[in-house]
Amino acid sequence: MSSTETEFRDLQSAATSHRGDRVFNRIITAAAFTALIVLAGITIFLGFQAVPVLQTQGIDFLTTSIWDPPNYGIWGMLYGSLLLSIIALVIAVPTSLLLSVFMVFLAPNSVAKVLTNLVDLMAAIPSVILGLWAFYVLSPVSEQWQALLNQYLGWIPIFQNSSGNFSGTPFTAGFILAIMMIPIVTSVTREVLGRTPPELINAAEALGCSMWTMLRYVALPYGRGGLVGGVMLGLGRALGETIAVFFVLKIVFDPVNYYNIIESGGGSVATLIVSKFGEASGPYETQLLLAAGFFLFMGTLLVNVVANLIVNRTGRLKS
Amino acid sequence: MSTAEFDDVKIEDVQELEKEIAMRGTASATEMEARDVSVWFGKRKVLEGVSIAFPKNTVTALIGPSGCGKSTFIRTLNRLHELIPSAALAGEVLYEGNDIYAPEVDPVHIRLKIGMVFQKPNPFPSMTIRGNVLSGLKLSGLKRSNHDDIVEHTLKAAGLWNEVKDRLNHAAGDLSGGQQQRLVIARALAVNPSVLLMDEPCSALDPGSTLKIEETIRELSSEITIIIVTHNMQQAVRVADNTAFFLSTDGTPGHVIEQGPTTEIFGNPQDQRTLDYVNGRFG
Repeated sequence: MSSTETEFRDLQSAATSHRGDRVFNRIITAAAFTALIVLAGITIFLGFQAVPVLQTQGIDFLTTSIWDPPNYGIWGMLYGSLLLSIIALVIAVPTSLLLSVFMVFLAPNSVAKVLTNLVDLMAAIPSVILGLWAFYVLSPVSEQWQALLNQYLGWIPIFQNSSGNFSGTPFTAGFILAIMMIPIVTSVTREVLGRTPPELINAAEALGCSMWTMLRYVALPYGRGGLVGGVMLGLGRALGETIAVFFVLKIVFDPVNYYNIIESGGGSVATLIVSKFGEASGPYETQLLLAAGFFLFMGTLLVNVVANLIVNRTGRLKS
Repeated sequence: MSTAEFDDVKIEDVQELEKEIAMRGTASATEMEARDVSVWFGKRKVLEGVSIAFPKNTVTALIGPSGCGKSTFIRTLNRLHELIPSAALAGEVLYEGNDIYAPEVDPVHIRLKIGMVFQKPNPFPSMTIRGNVLSGLKLSGLKRSNHDDIVEHTLKAAGLWNEVKDRLNHAAGDLSGGQQQRLVIARALAVNPSVLLMDEPCSALDPGSTLKIEETIRELSSEITIIIVTHNMQQAVRVADNTAFFLSTDGTPGHVIEQGPTTEIFGNPQDQRTLDYVNGRFG
């Protein structure tokens, strides 16, 4: 055995490294683990609440949509959270991309700076303010837009509305979520696009390509990972957002509104929790709400994992 | 008007005419020409009155110390200069006798005819080797049917074919720096340019790769006109038919001190500063 003949020198142990570095190392490691511990703590706490709920309600808690003692099921709310997020993504992602492309590649420096500050400021608006604004200002206007959508695009299933009631719709809730996502997504995409290596932009320009083709084939593929990350951050906010949605969405358990986005009524787990928590009839209902929180948490994790898979699968070249 | 003045004017006119005729005589042999080109960034003038003719199918080296405006100058030749905000330009750049800055000229068209290779190898990392070679066609929307032929022909011309022919669908980022630079040359050649601008193409490469690129340059020069910025004096001697020496002293805008056949510039320079520079006494 060669290992008995070769005596390896100690390169890694604390004895050979600088003392200050060792202390610093420990502090950093501890700080890094804090995030993990908090995450684990939340998961365990919520998980403990979810277990008894699953024992009493069974899998029906996830597959049915009802909030009527003694039967509880949050399927409609889980689905609603997803639907609202998709609506928000569809509105926010293109808007944010266009905004950041403008700021990075087109706008003069001074304009870009002002815009950057404005967008960052937008992220600082408390969601309760946005909720109030959505309730008093956005909703009435949104009802008119939805009536127009229904009138001209009503032949598309998602724009069908049989009740004539355009208030409290997933569309309006998704719209206010989009407004909350835009500053976050824009911030990240601007940063990512701004980091496109100048030599790649040079290469594209020297090959005689237009702005659009440069974006399509150079800047966007280069920043793909970061762009998806930005969208995920925004999505995280959309999935977890409570108050703003609470103001504009009418919570309906049954029937589940699957795709009629301009029909009154929808769901959102976070909003369910905030709307029921104050008036919870007892410790069991509180437990039900915490269990709902657990599954919202799991759903968010799932979305993140799926997004990561998508990023890793597409466009990766073999090495 | 006195007779003397009349005569003066006439003589000047004749000289002007002779110049014109001389230029026309060489027009067929001159692929590109810069006439009295001056360049500004904002209020700062960085190049003054540069006039150089680039004969067809020759290699011209632009030499000079850092900061003398060589790279800036080469970027005016395919209209990349104008993409920098605050950039300004005076003078004319002629390609096949036509001013490339004329209002009716499409800069995209110019950049397709006048290709460019940069200092740092810049293949597109998200594309394959093959994809990189064809990216010029894709980006500019040119339609060609014989993609396989183009890939093989240009990679052979760039001296890379034998090294990559079995892994055309691998990521371009896996190639070495020298290979990447030759890939980038192949990419520039794929759109069939008649002029190739090279801005210090070997400065980031090892000697072996540098030699390969120089071989490529010599071979390509039978078909296209090459203009190369280099800090490497030996490289200029090895590859260039003509050489122009740029200099900017004490914050004055860069200008051409001396230009002519490479053998003259290095063997028998007329200006003391050229002599000092090519002998490595400064810069």
